[in-house]
Amino acid sequence: MLKINNIHARVEEKAILNGINLEIKPGEVHAIMGPNGSGKSTLASVLAGREDFEVTEGSIEFLGKDLLEMSPEDRAREGVFLAFQYPVEIPGVSTVNFMKTALNKIREYRGQDTLDAVSFLSLMKEKIELVEIDKALLNRSLNEGFSGGEKKRNEIFQMAMLEPKLAILDETDSGLDIDALRIVANGVNKLRTKDNATIVVTHYQRLLEYIVPDYVHVLYKGKIVKSGTKELALELEAKGYDWIKSEMEVA
Amino acid sequence: MSKDNQVLEEFTSKEYEHGWTTDLESDSAPKGLSEDTVRFISAKKNEPEWLLEWRLKAYRHWTTMKEPQWPNVTYPTINYQDIIYYSAPKQKVQPKNLSEVDPELIKTFEKLGISLTEQKRLTGVAVDAVIDSVSVATTFKDKLGELGIIFCSFSEAVKEHPELVKKYLGSVVPPNDNYFAALNSAVFSDGSFCYIPKGVRCPMELSTYFRINAANTGQFERTLIVAEDASYVSYLEGCTAPMRDENQLHAAVVELYAMKDAEIKYSTVQNWYPGNKEGKGGIYNFVTKRGLCAGDHSKISWTQVETGSAITWKYPSCILKGDYSNGEFYSVAVTNNYQQADTGSKMIHIGKHTRSRIVSKGISAGKSQNSYRGQVHILKRAENARNFSQCDSLLMGDQCGAHTFPYIDVENKSAHVEHEATTSKIGEDQIFYCLQRGIDEEAAVALIVNGYAKEVLKQLPMEFAVEAQKLLALTLEGSVG
Repeated sequence: MLKINNIHARVEEKAILNGINLEIKPGEVHAIMGPNGSGKSTLASVLAGREDFEVTEGSIEFLGKDLLEMSPEDRAREGVFLAFQYPVEIPGVSTVNFMKTALNKIREYRGQDTLDAVSFLSLMKEKIELVEIDKALLNRSLNEGFSGGEKKRNEIFQMAMLEPKLAILDETDSGLDIDALRIVANGVNKLRTKDNATIVVTHYQRLLEYIVPDYVHVLYKGKIVKSGTKELALELEAKGYDWIKSEMEVA
Repeated sequence: MSKDNQVLEEFTSKEYEHGWTTDLESDSAPKGLSEDTVRFISAKKNEPEWLLEWRLKAYRHWTTMKEPQWPNVTYPTINYQDIIYYSAPKQKVQPKNLSEVDPELIKTFEKLGISLTEQKRLTGVAVDAVIDSVSVATTFKDKLGELGIIFCSFSEAVKEHPELVKKYLGSVVPPNDNYFAALNSAVFSDGSFCYIPKGVRCPMELSTYFRINAANTGQFERTLIVAEDASYVSYLEGCTAPMRDENQLHAAVVELYAMKDAEIKYSTVQNWYPGNKEGKGGIYNFVTKRGLCAGDHSKISWTQVETGSAITWKYPSCILKGDYSNGEFYSVAVTNNYQQADTGSKMIHIGKHTRSRIVSKGISAGKSQNSYRGQVHILKRAENARNFSQCDSLLMGDQCGAHTFPYIDVENKSAHVEHEATTSKIGEDQIFYCLQRGIDEEAAVALIVNGYAKEVLKQLPMEFAVEAQKLLALTLEGSVG
């Protein structure tokens, strides 16, 4: 589904990614871990097409298409979804209104009819139950005055609505207490199918107890330095990132 | 289909969509302004002597006045002798009903999305259509007449209801009030007149649609709305003009008079031609709008969505004379390219326990300048007066300007006056968030701007709110990045 081939990227003059290689197949969950500043969030931003990051080398293929050639909105319409670490506030625009606009833009791109109010509302109702989100929240201005947990839950609700093929969760666990974490993880798990894939970007192993990855990759200084199964995450938790650092220094 | 989606569909490459002209034979006054011009207009309209005298007095006063220099706008000096002050589409006979109106005229309004054929109108809006200097048709007159409501062109009101016109004309905006009001008083050619009798709640929205068609012509219309005790009316005003290279002057006067327990709601969607991208052409919109809450517990509410005009100079105001009277002003003013707007409101508290509320949302894009100018004046005997003002500015790009000039004068210690102001910029983060959900940049801007202006837009009658949303999107098209 996704083939990342030797990606180098920089912001302004600073090189952040130094040759990332990664292949993700449908149905898989990959966790990207690493210490602060290792380039985890940059990788998420590059996949989503944020302009601040310049890709200087390498290629990314998504469902057989050149991802880097696509605008950010077309990537979203092709099925790439980013759950933001810091979801943005849009005053005066409700989540309902925002989702209706987004969904219909995506459907339009795919040559589908736009949804009428009735079908939209019934779809929304179904997803509200799936991700256990308070309906009242969805009629309020998007993310305005939301708690950290509400913002993250709202991201997962949006993910449920848009049914992406590739979901990237950027530090979705940051700022969540254990109950909120469980609800968010539950939502993500319910959305898993054999046809979609998930990238979980996280600093801690904690989230991976709830969203169990098929593969774990450790990022350090803009490169994947270690890959393994979910046990790698536990090992990391036990030994700390210094383990990776010292191992790298030795090498 | 959702409302937002309709807005998005409007996102084609079109710019000012009402920029066409209609080929109408017209009957015009010669260029220039003198006592003769005033007499010419008055004679054309077969006006009574008192009205001619009223005009002449205003004209003579105007010649002693100076154009105001204080607004935060710049434009070349207007040559008042180079303007045509009266232009009317030629009609062979004075139409008695709609079937006699020139089909070209009806087509003109249909092109603007306004049907003058009553059977075709399902929305329950009565329309007075004004083209250049004259009113061409008023719909639903008979139906409204059954309730005692008078809704007709100003000229007709002068003929049919001279006692009312004489009593209220200039009672809220005196002819010598300011430079442009004096000019209007001298040369006004038509407009709408509306009278709601005691205790009557007007069952439909009343609306005037103004269209400037002829070249080199100024438009000077007057609107007068009188609401008797315990009556209610909601009034809408819309306007467009063809794209022309020269600037055209629009100097209107609107007077609202609300008696005891009466309520007048006045909404405007102003879409005069704003000039092209280089700032050439466009309407100079110099308008005086004022409402008088004459009776106790009366209420006047102004809502405006301003997207057009090269230069806007207007301050819809309320004089809160009656005790417990209430004034409101809700505004969204958008400027793009080289547009300049100096707009806001005045709330004059005279009566006891009077309340006012100002919500102003400015949006500046391109190289435009957008100023809010507002005055809250609490007079000595206005015990327990309350005012809340909120002035927000939204900036798009880094070449535009937003300015706020609030004036607060309080002469009574019991007053409560609150003023809040914010300035924000459409953030790249907001745009990227939308893009990541599949919403393209133009649609994202439309969404963010409509969210920002929501508090004002929701004051508009439904039909107008949709139109206003589309307009905001169109006006700001291509202004990001």
